[in-house]
Amino acid sequence: MARVLIVAEHDGEHLNLSTAKCVSCAVSFENDGIDVVVLAADGQAVAGEAAALEGVRTVLRIDHPANETSLAATWAPQIAAVAANYSHVFGPSTTFGKDLMPRVAALLDVGQLSDIMSTTDGRSFQRPIYAGNAIVTVEARDDRLVVATVRTASYPAAENTGSATIEARTLDVELPTHTRFISLRGDAGSERPDLQTAARVVSGGRALSNAENFQMIYDLADCLGAAVGASRAAVDSGFVGNDLQVGQTGKIIAPELYIAVGISGAIQHLTGIKDAGTIVAINKDAEAPIFDLADIGLVADLFTVLPDLIDTLKS
Amino acid sequence: MQKILVCLKRVVDYNVRIRVEADGSGIALEGVKMALNPFDEIALEEALRIKERGQAEEVVAVSIGVTECQQQLRTGLAMGADRAILVETTTALEPLGAARVLKALVDRETPDLVLLGKQAIDDDNNQTGQMLAALWGRPQATFASEVVLGDGIMTVTREVDAGLEVIEVDLPAVITADLRLNEPRYVKLPDIMKARKKALELIPLQELSIGIEPQFTVRRTAPPPVRQKGIIVKDVAELVQTLTDKGLL
Repeated sequence: MARVLIVAEHDGEHLNLSTAKCVSCAVSFENDGIDVVVLAADGQAVAGEAAALEGVRTVLRIDHPANETSLAATWAPQIAAVAANYSHVFGPSTTFGKDLMPRVAALLDVGQLSDIMSTTDGRSFQRPIYAGNAIVTVEARDDRLVVATVRTASYPAAENTGSATIEARTLDVELPTHTRFISLRGDAGSERPDLQTAARVVSGGRALSNAENFQMIYDLADCLGAAVGASRAAVDSGFVGNDLQVGQTGKIIAPELYIAVGISGAIQHLTGIKDAGTIVAINKDAEAPIFDLADIGLVADLFTVLPDLIDTLKS
Repeated sequence: MQKILVCLKRVVDYNVRIRVEADGSGIALEGVKMALNPFDEIALEEALRIKERGQAEEVVAVSIGVTECQQQLRTGLAMGADRAILVETTTALEPLGAARVLKALVDRETPDLVLLGKQAIDDDNNQTGQMLAALWGRPQATFASEVVLGDGIMTVTREVDAGLEVIEVDLPAVITADLRLNEPRYVKLPDIMKARKKALELIPLQELSIGIEPQFTVRRTAPPPVRQKGIIVKDVAELVQTLTDKGLL
């Protein structure tokens, strides 16, 4: 019978919402128990959050000074060491999971499935290929462990109503020293919601012309309590950092409301947003491909529309 | 360093709008333009730049697949790779199988660095580099947007969801290229002519005696669900009204 192990993604203090989405995937098929493994320097807070996820039975807490940052080379042998009792090992299909899970799979001498979108029985899975332009149904052999990354945009987050037991584990695994963390610079400390998990997202594109004008996107987002995103063109033009990029090569998101401003809608951008609840497009080019996907389109110059929209929302 | 191994995959050209076969059997590939996987092209460009700075002696391009993969290896040679190896097979390998084949090539070539794209744009798996690093027991640096070579180490900036992460890895190591690592050069005609004289070795896959039996079977390939056609509003007032009606504000 199926037993699922989920690798927790976290920043040392809080669990990333992607973990709750992996739990929803595991809950979606019949199994004999879902456990979450938390690797950290001190995993008390994170393990507590994981234990609250509805559907989780046990949280395995593996504290080690080397687990302070999530280096795949360091984490993979530890996860492989606890994976033996499971039929499925899942991680989120974020850069964290994409980096880690193939290494875990190879150490276990099994393959890996990337970006699972749905499953009925834990054996047959759907996943996107060709940037989401086709969906394949893939069946896994039943005599092998299934290691997979879960496409976070395809699942809701599990509720925080559970009360799993927390078990501390000490592993006798030799950890490599050949890979060392140096630094992380990002949007930490921002008051805005996290782009990956926000219910509302406002994104700006090349038509904003420069970083100064891009401030209007932040202003609109703040009116809505939304996260800020950007097209690849806006990132490449230097308006904002790469951590805001939405699309196939950036973040794939599924907010309830997505507002694309001055974004023409390159295929790689559309791939990143097509699971959004409602897509609004504001663009002065009526022929822009973004309008093919949008639920609500406004053909107009963003420099007139945005101040007007911000004023209307404020009042 | 002595040698850099770069892995190149033949994929459907990124400009092609792919079509799903009506019977659900797969993607229509008949007569479709094929090309070098763009992320692998970026990986090769980075290897060539390291060599051109005098920091590496040799760049070896490798591929796994059908005979026609020689075209992509010739492109790699025209860009500047010194020689190429094709492990020939008509069987489509899963990433673990590909990683095992690459590990066999690594054992033979003993490179100081292996560079490849973060993912191929056909199957979008994003696994092979990480699996190779695991099988080899060496460091991995995925999603690389900047690499700086030091003394026996490499400092790599990685594009992660939280921003830019910098890690340091001992060599040899596996590095996978992200989009912003560099902009690959254009191949010039004289280089294509020169590339024809460079060595391209063919190794039948059977010769390597590697287990490549698949774990996964593709049962069906379907087009993605289509969203319902949207509406066009005339101004900000109507936009705000529509969003309010939908309960989104």
